[in-house]
Amino acid sequence: MSDLWKLTVRIHRFKPGKGSWVSEYPIQIHPDEYVLDAIEQIWAFQDRSLVYRHLCHHSTCGACGMRVNHSEHLTCITRIGDITRNGGTMDIEPLRNMPVISDLAVDMGQLFRLLDEIDFSQVQSSVLLPEEKGIQPARDKHEEIERLVDCLECGLCISACPAGATSTGYLGPAALAAIQLRSVAGDKSLLAMADDEHGAWRCHSAFACTDVCPSNVEPGWRIMDLRKKLVARRFSNLFGKDKEVAHE
Amino acid sequence: MTLNKPTAIVIGAGFTGIATAYDLAMRGFQVDVLERGELGSGTSGRTHGLLHSGARYCVHDKESAIECIAENAILRRIAGQCIEANAGYFIAVNESDEAYADLFIHGARECDLPFKEVNTVDLLHMETQVTPAIRRAFCVQDGTFDPLRLAYAFAASAKKFGARFHPFTEVEELIQDRSNRVIAAKVWDRVTDTRTEFHADVWINTAGAWAGRIASMAGVHLPVKPVPGVMVAVEKRLCQNTINRLNEPGDGDIILPQRRMVVIGTTSFEAADVDYIPIFRDQIDQMVAQGSEMIPAIRDTAHRGAFMSSRPLVKAEGEARNLARTFKVYDHENADGVPGLFSLIGGEATTCRAMAEKITDLVTARFHLDVPCHTAEQELVSYRKFYQLDAEPA
Repeated sequence: MSDLWKLTVRIHRFKPGKGSWVSEYPIQIHPDEYVLDAIEQIWAFQDRSLVYRHLCHHSTCGACGMRVNHSEHLTCITRIGDITRNGGTMDIEPLRNMPVISDLAVDMGQLFRLLDEIDFSQVQSSVLLPEEKGIQPARDKHEEIERLVDCLECGLCISACPAGATSTGYLGPAALAAIQLRSVAGDKSLLAMADDEHGAWRCHSAFACTDVCPSNVEPGWRIMDLRKKLVARRFSNLFGKDKEVAHE
Repeated sequence: MTLNKPTAIVIGAGFTGIATAYDLAMRGFQVDVLERGELGSGTSGRTHGLLHSGARYCVHDKESAIECIAENAILRRIAGQCIEANAGYFIAVNESDEAYADLFIHGARECDLPFKEVNTVDLLHMETQVTPAIRRAFCVQDGTFDPLRLAYAFAASAKKFGARFHPFTEVEELIQDRSNRVIAAKVWDRVTDTRTEFHADVWINTAGAWAGRIASMAGVHLPVKPVPGVMVAVEKRLCQNTINRLNEPGDGDIILPQRRMVVIGTTSFEAADVDYIPIFRDQIDQMVAQGSEMIPAIRDTAHRGAFMSSRPLVKAEGEARNLARTFKVYDHENADGVPGLFSLIGGEATTCRAMAEKITDLVTARFHLDVPCHTAEQELVSYRKFYQLDAEPA
């Protein structure tokens, strides 16, 4: 049976107190399997010291984000055949811009603390999003508008963001997208948080976040939309206040 | 204060282990949880996420059905943050399904299952992708839960009561004293790649499909049978409620909406070692074929992923598919002469809280503690708090 591919998997390792190194593993696997399956196979048969995060294996939990051949992927839904070729190499690193706990596992604490503060629910029963009329991101088909509110909190956007490493205080694409969603849903109270040098203005408009998002949240588009809202808010703060004074 | 608390170690941080840690911590134990991978990474995470209404079991496994009915209502109350609170439908699409309807109605009534028959034309208006061949439909209270968020919400709540979690920490050996009492464990901390020891007064084995391996470290045989099954995630949210086949349980008998996809479940076979099981193509094809009998568009929609999960069922005579889904708790002092060790196997994600309550009752009784369970009454803290509630290290 030659429908299995022979691959070399290079995994970037790190253990606290032991430093960093790269381990290479030869594997045989079907190209229809996913990158996470390759990592599981290495763990099961070659190296039990390997640490990586994973839960649902079908892109609902957001735990298995990694860099594969130098770009961010949710490894449970990334087909090996789409990443490499028979005889090729898969280079696997942990996500960037977050502290590495061990090997491929990063500490998601900062992201979860921010999202907790913003408190936009990412588990929703409803079908359609609360988008304002006329400003939806461009979509090819009507059905794809469905379930846009679907951030997995996976951190791929934070890893891909070129502005991510420029400031430790940067809120990052996922949190800014969550603030935008809350404002669309009617809650403007968090706009002040985004109107900051560490907020929407830190973004370089590279749209790397939108490129890597496995869930079509389009954080890049949302940050641009957020900037419009922030400018509008500054205007209304200027003139709105005068109005209130006039009424008094 | 902490010094006076009895210490407990939970082995295995699936839904059951985490819920048990929460209950034990709430009832006054100092709890440490040892998990060889990420929380929920064994079987719990790889679920299709069905919050069971109980309807799937109401014909053949009434005990499980009744457990599910009660726990479904409790989880909607305490873990609403993790649940897409949709409904579910059991649909008949051919003669054989239609013939099953009477059995279903009879079973549902016997279990006091909330259900109602709905007009198929009305259902087709709501669920436009369901096959027009539909003959009958019954509405039940299914939902979809998010596995990471359910695990983390229970874990964050356990942390609030001082529980500590040690992911990537694998138990390699249990140490017993002369009376066979389990007193310590040698573990491999894979975060730092170092070996260390944990000591505790009581040990709870909630390792699920791997619980037999843990029990055998103390010389105890546990009748757990890993029953893996494959599931397929499809790229579109083709239904807004869970669609179940109104018939005997079978492969591809359920389609769940989750986020922007649907998940089709599930096959069922037996395996001895479940550390790594490849995904079998023929099983995927079979499920797509059977799923598309209920929602034809499944055949033409791209796959998002396929995955395998090993249910830990209680070993009994009979086919894997028909093993009861109810759970069993063991105090190994009584049955096997091994004091200090308890095990919990079987069950369902939907019943994890009830399972935790049952085993915590057993443990507190051993310690002559008269503390009632309160986990059904308090809403869980936000799953996002998991990263903010770390207790001081021991």
